[in-house]
Amino acid sequence: MVNAAIVGVGHTKFGRATDKQLQELAWEAIKEALQDAGITQRDVQFVAVGNTGRWSSDPLPAVVISEYSDLCPAGSIRVEAACASGSAAVRAAYQTVASGQADIALAVGVEKMSESTNLQVVEMIGRAGNFFWEFEQFGLTFPGYYAMYATAYLHRYGAKEEDLAAIAVKNHYYADLNPHAHFHKRITIDDVMKSRYVAWPLKLFDCSPQTDGAAAVVIASEKIARKLTDTPVWIRTQAVATGTSNLSKRSNFLSLDSAVKAAEEAYKRAGVERDKAYKYFDVAEVHDCFTIAEILAYEDLGFVERGQGYALAREGETYKGGRIPVNLDGGLKAKGHPIGATGVSMAAELTKQLRQQNPPERQADIKRGWAIAHNIGGTGHYAYITIYTLDKPPTG
Amino acid sequence: MAQSREQIEQMVNQWLKYVEELMKNEGLPIVPEEKTGDPLWVDVREMRLKYLIPVKRIKKFFDGLREGKIYATRCPVKGIYYFPPQADCPACMDENLEWVEVKGEGEILTFTKINVKPLSFIHYPDYIVAIARMSEGFNILCWLSTDKPDEVKPGMKVRLVVKRREPEGFFSYYLEPA
Repeated sequence: MVNAAIVGVGHTKFGRATDKQLQELAWEAIKEALQDAGITQRDVQFVAVGNTGRWSSDPLPAVVISEYSDLCPAGSIRVEAACASGSAAVRAAYQTVASGQADIALAVGVEKMSESTNLQVVEMIGRAGNFFWEFEQFGLTFPGYYAMYATAYLHRYGAKEEDLAAIAVKNHYYADLNPHAHFHKRITIDDVMKSRYVAWPLKLFDCSPQTDGAAAVVIASEKIARKLTDTPVWIRTQAVATGTSNLSKRSNFLSLDSAVKAAEEAYKRAGVERDKAYKYFDVAEVHDCFTIAEILAYEDLGFVERGQGYALAREGETYKGGRIPVNLDGGLKAKGHPIGATGVSMAAELTKQLRQQNPPERQADIKRGWAIAHNIGGTGHYAYITIYTLDKPPTG
Repeated sequence: MAQSREQIEQMVNQWLKYVEELMKNEGLPIVPEEKTGDPLWVDVREMRLKYLIPVKRIKKFFDGLREGKIYATRCPVKGIYYFPPQADCPACMDENLEWVEVKGEGEILTFTKINVKPLSFIHYPDYIVAIARMSEGFNILCWLSTDKPDEVKPGMKVRLVVKRREPEGFFSYYLEPA
C-alpha cells in the first residue's frame, strides 16, 4: 500500500441550486479542488463520482461530469452507498492511489435533488431500505426509519424530545457561520419543539433538508503529495461495514451495529482506544441526517458511554472547546445533505479543519492533528468511518 | 399542502396544462422557478414506473394470507427462522426451508407514526409502523392498528392478524394490541 493524502478540496454552496445542472454544480467543486491542489485535469488519472440520483435526470452522472469538466479519458466509476455514496467515492479514489494504480485521483460527490418535487423525493428516499417488505406495503419514509431508533432510544434512556432538539440547535448555530451551508438561521429548542411532526417523535426541525450541492477532493500518492503541498491531509484508514436491509432483522434500535463495527475496525487499525476515542480527535464530522442519528453516532464512536449521548450537545461538550467538537460546519442537519455529496463534503471540511483554514468561530483547536468522519448510508445500511491525520501513517 | 391524491393530481394536471400552453405560445417548455424565478426546462418526456416483482418462490406466504395465516420459513437443520420469508438458506447453502405458521404473539420493540407520507401513500390516514419481537424470536415490521394510539409503547403485547388493506383490498398483516 502507498500512503495517500488529500491535497486539494472544493465545495459548492449547499442549498436549492435551481440555477445549475448536475454537471455545472460538480464542475464548480472540481475546479476549486484542482486549483487548490495546483494541478490540471491532465494530472488526474482516475475519477470516482458519488451520486445516488433518480431525482435528477441523468442516469450516468460520472460520464456527464467527466465530459463537462474535461476529465476524459481518465478512468471513472460512479459509486452508490446511499447517503454514504460520497465516502464510497473517497474510498474508490483512495484505493486507486493506495494500490499504486494512479498517482492522482479525484473524488466527487454531487446531488441534484431539486429536479424532482419534495413529495417525489420523500417517496424515493422511503424506498431506500427494503423496498418490497418495508416500503411497498408499509410506506416507511426516511424519517420514519430513524424515528423508530428515536422511539426506542427515548424510551430506554428516558431522554426527551428536547434532547434531540439540542442537536438541531447546535448544528444550526454552526451552519450560520458557514457560508456554504443550506440554512443560515439560528434556532432555539422552542423552535424545534413547535415544528410539526414528520414521523413521530421526529419533527421537521429534527430532519436534514433536501439539498443540492457538490464537493470534490484531490487524493495523491505520498510522492506527489509532498510536491504539491506542505500540509497533506493523510487518509490514515477507512473502514466499512453494513447492516441488514430490513430494519426488522435487527436485534436492537439503540445503536447502528454497522457504525459500531466500522469504528471498531478503524480504531484497531489506527491504534485508537474506543473508550477514550474522543481524546484522539480534535474534531469530528458525524452523520446527523436526523438529530437522533448524531446522538447514536456519539455512542457508536465511543465518544461517550451508552445512554449518555443525549446530554452531550445540551451540555456544550460537542461545541468548539468541548470534549469533542462535532459538525462545526452545521452537519447534514443545517449545512444540508445532498446525498452523494455528503461524504466528500465531510472529507473537504475535515481537511480544512486540520489545515486550520476555517473562520475562528468554527475552527476547532488542532492539537493532535487527527479528525474522524462518520458517514452512514441509509439507516445504518452502510457505515463508512474515515480517519484523517496531519502526521503520515507509519507504514507506507 | 394538498391532502389527497386527487387534489395533487388535479394540481399537477393544471400545471402541465399551463406548461403545454406555454410551449405552444413561446416555443419552449421553460418556466420560471416558483421562488427564485430561475428558468427551468420542464421535461417533455414522462416515465411511469410500476415494477413487476417475482414471488414464485415465496408464493406460499401469499396463499397463506388469503387463508388468514402468516408463514415464516425455517431451516430444518439449524432452526433459523426467516421473516420476511425467503426460499434460500444461506447458512446451509441449501434451499430446503420449511414453511411454518407464525404463532402471532409478540411485544413491541419500537414504532413510529408516519405523518408526512410518500406520494403513493398519501391517501391513507397517518399510520403507525411498528416492529415487534415475536415469541419465536424473530421480528416483524408492519402497520399497527389500534383505537388507542396514545397507549402504544415499547414492551406492549401485540398479536398478528391478517386483514385486507383498504381501499385497495389486498391481504396484508397487521399488529394489534393483544
